[in-house]
Amino acid sequence: MEKLLSIIFIYIFVENFVLQRFFGICPFLGVSRKMETAIGMSMAVVFVMTMATLVTWLLYTFVLVPFNLTYLQIVTFILVIASLVQLVEIVLRKISPTLYQGLGIFLPLITTNCAVMAVALLAVRQEFSFLESVVFAIAASIGFSLALIIMAGIRERLELAEMPDVLQGSAVTLITAGILSLAFLGFKGMLTL
Amino acid sequence: MKASSPYLQDFTRGIVKENPVFVALLGMCPTLGVTAFIVNGVGMGLAAAAVLIASNLVISLLRNYIPSQVRIPCFIVIIATFVTIIEMVLQAFQPVLYEALGVFVPLIVVNCIILGRAEAFASKRPVLRSLLDGIGMGIGFTLALLILSAVREILGHGTILGPDPESAIHLFGANFEPMALFAQPPGAFIALGLLLAIVNLLFKRFNIK
Repeated sequence: MEKLLSIIFIYIFVENFVLQRFFGICPFLGVSRKMETAIGMSMAVVFVMTMATLVTWLLYTFVLVPFNLTYLQIVTFILVIASLVQLVEIVLRKISPTLYQGLGIFLPLITTNCAVMAVALLAVRQEFSFLESVVFAIAASIGFSLALIIMAGIRERLELAEMPDVLQGSAVTLITAGILSLAFLGFKGMLTL
Repeated sequence: MKASSPYLQDFTRGIVKENPVFVALLGMCPTLGVTAFIVNGVGMGLAAAAVLIASNLVISLLRNYIPSQVRIPCFIVIIATFVTIIEMVLQAFQPVLYEALGVFVPLIVVNCIILGRAEAFASKRPVLRSLLDGIGMGIGFTLALLILSAVREILGHGTILGPDPESAIHLFGANFEPMALFAQPPGAFIALGLLLAIVNLLFKRFNIK
């Protein structure tokens, strides 16, 4: 229990996936322009990341390791993630059209979101148990969402700010992310696993 | 910059005009994640470039045989195969670099530059042009990582060719107090943001577009 709680705290704040570990920077820069899309993307990521880690962990532990196929890890994981995203898209369209409307456009983007792949790989590399892996995935995706939503809030205000035109767009976004990352650096060393 | 033949254009496009990092903003995760030291940055750049060149070559060779409905999964499998090979090669011959790059080595598979070039270029063009495009983009990516990691290592550690103390060269003498910020994650964001601003400025000054 103690370990689960520390995993949650560590991967939301101390080792924030976007701001401290640099996973999922592309969607972080790409869809943080508006609050609405940021929230949609966050929900899709929480969902897919948890599902993907669950499936890849089971596959790794009960198929790849017993049959000595761990060298196929990269191929297997990326295929699982890609097909899972497809599956989620199809299921959502049938079951909940409203949710599909909200998440729809973000789902294909998630396949190349390296945070999803990273969380699956790290869960295995750090030898987490099944429950720990799932909690790890949820915490990491909440950390991702937190960074994305804070960033969207800042960028909505930044739109109206005056600045030199060479800084406009991605340059100022990256510098803002740096300052945000500096704030999260304050959590460093508070907890370790 | 007026390149006459399409081959030369394919080659030079990725280096400056459509540089994957500074212009297209692709492959940001490894760009920010492994550039605390020049050795790691260049190692990452070369590993990704090798995968990019190999996957461009194979995808271009197979472009008439891959059905367009399932092309993305096919590309992903081809890329993942080369990433696995690179991972094994690094693990066997460059264990120190492999450890330093960590999870970013398998993450080459989700690097948008590689899938992007496969989809936008290699799947539609002949082999030689795709190969040149891959080499050019690979050089552009490695160059960008070299520049960013040089800034970060010189400011953040005051060395070049670290972290190995035997090869590290201290640029500013023993009393130099490095700006530790640039060795930390926030420094990566800030350094890249400022570099982007400088690139924008240079592009504007020299009218590159």
